[in-house]
Formats: sequence, C-alpha cells, structure tokens
Amino acid sequence: MKKMRLYRMAHARSGDKGDGSNVGLIAYDDRGWEIIRREVTAEKVKSHFAGIVLGQVDRYEVGNIRALNFILHDSLGGGGSASLRTDAQGKTHGMALLLMEVDVPDDYTPAAGAERG
Amino acid sequence: MIRIANGQGFWGDSVDAPVRLVREGPLDYLTLDYLAEVTMSIMQKLKRRDPEGRSGYATDFVDLTRRILPDILEKNIRVVANAGGVNPGACVKAVAAVAREGGARGLKVGMVLGDDILDRLDAILSEGVTLANMDDGRPLSEVRDRVLAANVYMSAFPIAAALDLGASIVVTGRGTDPGLVVGPLLHEFKWQKDDWNRLASATVAGHIVECGAQCTGGNFSRWWEVNGWDHLGYPVVEAVPDGNFVVTKHEGTGGLVTVDTVSEQLVYEMGDPSSYITPDVVADFTSIQLQQAGNDRVAVSGVKGRPATDSCKVSISYLDGYSAVGQLTVSGPDALDKAKVAAEALWGRLKRAGLSYDQTHTEFVGAGACHGRIGRSGPASAAPLEIVMRVGVKDKDQKKVDRFGKEIAPLVTSGPPGITGFAGGRPRAAEVIAFWPALIPKDLVRADVRVEEV
Repeated sequence: MKKMRLYRMAHARSGDKGDGSNVGLIAYDDRGWEIIRREVTAEKVKSHFAGIVLGQVDRYEVGNIRALNFILHDSLGGGGSASLRTDAQGKTHGMALLLMEVDVPDDYTPAAGAERG
Repeated sequence: MIRIANGQGFWGDSVDAPVRLVREGPLDYLTLDYLAEVTMSIMQKLKRRDPEGRSGYATDFVDLTRRILPDILEKNIRVVANAGGVNPGACVKAVAAVAREGGARGLKVGMVLGDDILDRLDAILSEGVTLANMDDGRPLSEVRDRVLAANVYMSAFPIAAALDLGASIVVTGRGTDPGLVVGPLLHEFKWQKDDWNRLASATVAGHIVECGAQCTGGNFSRWWEVNGWDHLGYPVVEAVPDGNFVVTKHEGTGGLVTVDTVSEQLVYEMGDPSSYITPDVVADFTSIQLQQAGNDRVAVSGVKGRPATDSCKVSISYLDGYSAVGQLTVSGPDALDKAKVAAEALWGRLKRAGLSYDQTHTEFVGAGACHGRIGRSGPASAAPLEIVMRVGVKDKDQKKVDRFGKEIAPLVTSGPPGITGFAGGRPRAAEVIAFWPALIPKDLVRADVRVEEV
C-alpha cells in the first residue's frame, strides 16, 4: 500500500445544501472508484473536516458515474445567508476533500491527466 | 430535435452570455434562471418600498429583451425566464413595452402566476397546514411575524401551457430551476403527466444546464484543460422525443463539455441521488448514463423516474437579525502574527466599550480561511506575503452591529504596522435573511397562466 491524495484519482464539486454543504467526489477510472468506495467513508470525511463540519456526514453512492455524494451537515457557520464566513456556501469544500490522503495499492497508477502537467 | 440553451445561472450572471447564445449558433429556446432563494426576499422588499408597484422582478431581463429582440424574432427563438420574481405582472408589462418599441406587435407574452403565497399564508395556516420547517420540524408560527417572502416551487406544466397558447416569451415567478427546460420539452413533445422516465430525463437536462457555464468548463476541477475562458460557451441541450438528450455548446466558443464536466454538475447541490424530487416527478440520478458523443458533446440516456409526490416545496424567507463584515490587509513581515494581534485588539476594544454579539467571526484569508488545517496538510507553501484579516458580527440589535463597523479603520493607525486596504468605508449593518423550507399540499397550489399580445 502507498498513500495518495484524492486529487490524483478523483475530481469534485461542492455547494450549499440547507444548513450544510454537499460534496460530490468522482473517480477517474474503475480502480479509482473501487478505492474511493472503500477508503472514503463518512467517518473519515467527518474527521477530515474537523472544525468545519459540526453535524453528521451522510454518504451516498452514485456508481453509474463512479461518484460518492456526501452531505456535510452544519458546515457553513450558520447556514447560507446567515453565515459570516468567506465560504458561506461550501463552494470550496470539494477542493478541501481532494486534499485527503488515502491508502492505494502499490501498483495503482491513476488515469493520465488527473494532475496538472 | 429541439435545442434549448440556458444563458443565466443566477441574477448577476454574465449579461452577455444570453446574447451570445442567440447569435453564435442555432437555437429553439433560450432559458434564463434569475432566482436564487435570497433573490425572492430582496425583490419582495423592493416591491414593498415602491408605491407604484413597478419593482420586484429581475430588471436585467428587460434590458436583455431589448438586446435580443431582433434575433429572437428573426430566428423564431422562444424565451422562458423566471425573471418575474415577486411581481411577474410588472415584469411582463415592461417586457411588452420593450417589444412594442422594437416593432414586435402581435408577439405573445405569457405569464405564470400562483407561486406567491405570502398574502395567503395565514389562510393556509388556518386550514391546518403547519408549513413546518423541513430540516428541524419547527412550526412556522415561531417566525411568522418576520416572514418576508413565501413562494412555491411550481410545476413545469404551466410553462408548457403558456407555450401551447402561443407565447414567444414566458415570464414566471418561482418554479423549479430545471422546470425552465422541462416546460418547453413538454410543449414540444406533448408528454403526459405520467411519462415518468421522460419527465425525469428532462429534469436531469434542466439540472445540468441550470447553473450556466458550470457544465461547460466553469468551476471544473481540471481547470488547466479549459481553453477560451474569455468566450466560454454556455450550455445547449439537444433533446429528442424519447427523452434522451445531448449536452453541448455552440461551435467556436470556449470551454469544455466532457463526461467529467457534466458529471461534476450532476452532483452539484445533490441530496439523495436516487430521489431528486420536483413537483412533476422523482428522478433517479443513479440511473443516468453519460457517454462522450464527439467533441464537446455528451449524450445522456437511461434516466428513470418515479411518480411525483403529493406536495410542493415552499421557500419561505424571514428576517433573522443584522450582520456586518469588514476587512483589512496586513502586509509582511510576520503578516499572520500581526493580523492576529490586530484582531485581538479589535475584539478587546469592543468588549471594553461594553459590547457583545450573538455571533462573531474572525478569519485570516491567506492562512486557511476556507479549509482550516486541511489546507496546511497539503503541499507545503511559503509564509504568506499578505494576510487579509476578515471580521464579522451578527446580532438582533442593528445599532450594535453598526457600532462594530466603526472599530475597524482605527486599526490602521492604532494597530501593528503595515495595515492597509480600508477603502470601502465603514461596513453598515445589513439585514440577515434566513430560509425556512416547508411543504404544501398540491391541492392548495393553483397556477394561473395568462398570455397576451403586445
């Protein structure tokens, strides 16, 4: 096993969802999908966002597009229009999730082009 | 095959994008989404303050109509916009005047009413509908006296009805965002209320394009692959009667339409992917099949839908106190340490003046304001050259919030060295508008469709 950051094997987008945000995490290839499905649990996401996500984390699988969808409850510092934060809408939570490091098999090489050349 | 483009993702999106859409390639329909949740309450306030009742809608749409009128007349492009806000009647009047000036006599303009239930709110509550908060179950009575706006997310069928009556321009108030695309497809293909799979597919099409350029390269994770940022193409849906469609953009425009850019927009603002609920259908996003079908073309098929629920979502907004946010730029050396001293000085001075607030917030932009310690766990970066100290308060008392705004500028001369950037003046207390999502039985919602010649 070796460590790899998610941005090398997946891409993401996030936005506001009620009092929190949602983050969609999409793997670039089938092996990447197996890895994120196994490694990126709701618990790990909750602890990755410690201090930002105060509520629970819900996790959904969207296998047809090799994606996981996370709902980060109470993650906007007061929710949407009431928040004083720069990122009052969770627009940057996707980029933050891509910084997570996970275990991947030694022989795994992500699809070409995932990283900036 | 029908081509539908969306040229506006929110009120404040590019003013040129819709003009380019009608000029730079073939099109049957142009849709424009002006309404975010917060927009409705802003419009409600504008309407209340205007004694002549001419305010409360997206005025950008009137200017846009003037610009695109010759093109839509010549090319027979129909326009569907939720520009009506909380005053669709005034919006239609202004649009009709512009059309008349432009020599479009005989053009039919349609309007969908029925979403605005602010005046009916107490009657609805007295019928035993609690309009309880969908997130936490609290009854609306808790905030009833502070409610600013209440609008139902309407079905797309009334939009189709207006098009059936010959409207070339349809103005609505609050409806679902995807409904702007679903309406024209219902009109063109004569789908029935129980064509669940087709309705779901049309809903997915609307969802993909509702944020404008977010499916054509905007906000895309691999931003370095996107070319032509200065003339980014906005999305065009090519739909066929069986419900399948292709997402593309006009030839020669910038941007990128790939399975990856479309996938990112599919998951945007997603909840439970198996149940994307609209008034017309429950769409299953786990059934969607995406396939690259050429350069900047993504084919979407296989979408499954289930019967609609018996309620509509209502977006209610209410006044929730006041807030103010201000900032200063602190330059190096030791920019972050100095910014922290400045922030401590500010809060200490307010405390000595006897002030406390329901909520305070301090951020150091440039040192993890967005990602906290997650950002620091990433690739190592050098000490920042500047830090933006960003501070804010929220409170029920407007005067206390205004007082906070006076405490920022003094730091330039009475704080650590190298502080600048106080250019915008003292921040003033602004109303905080909060949202109250609720459900209303469909039998209490009635759409009113009107079409008239200009």
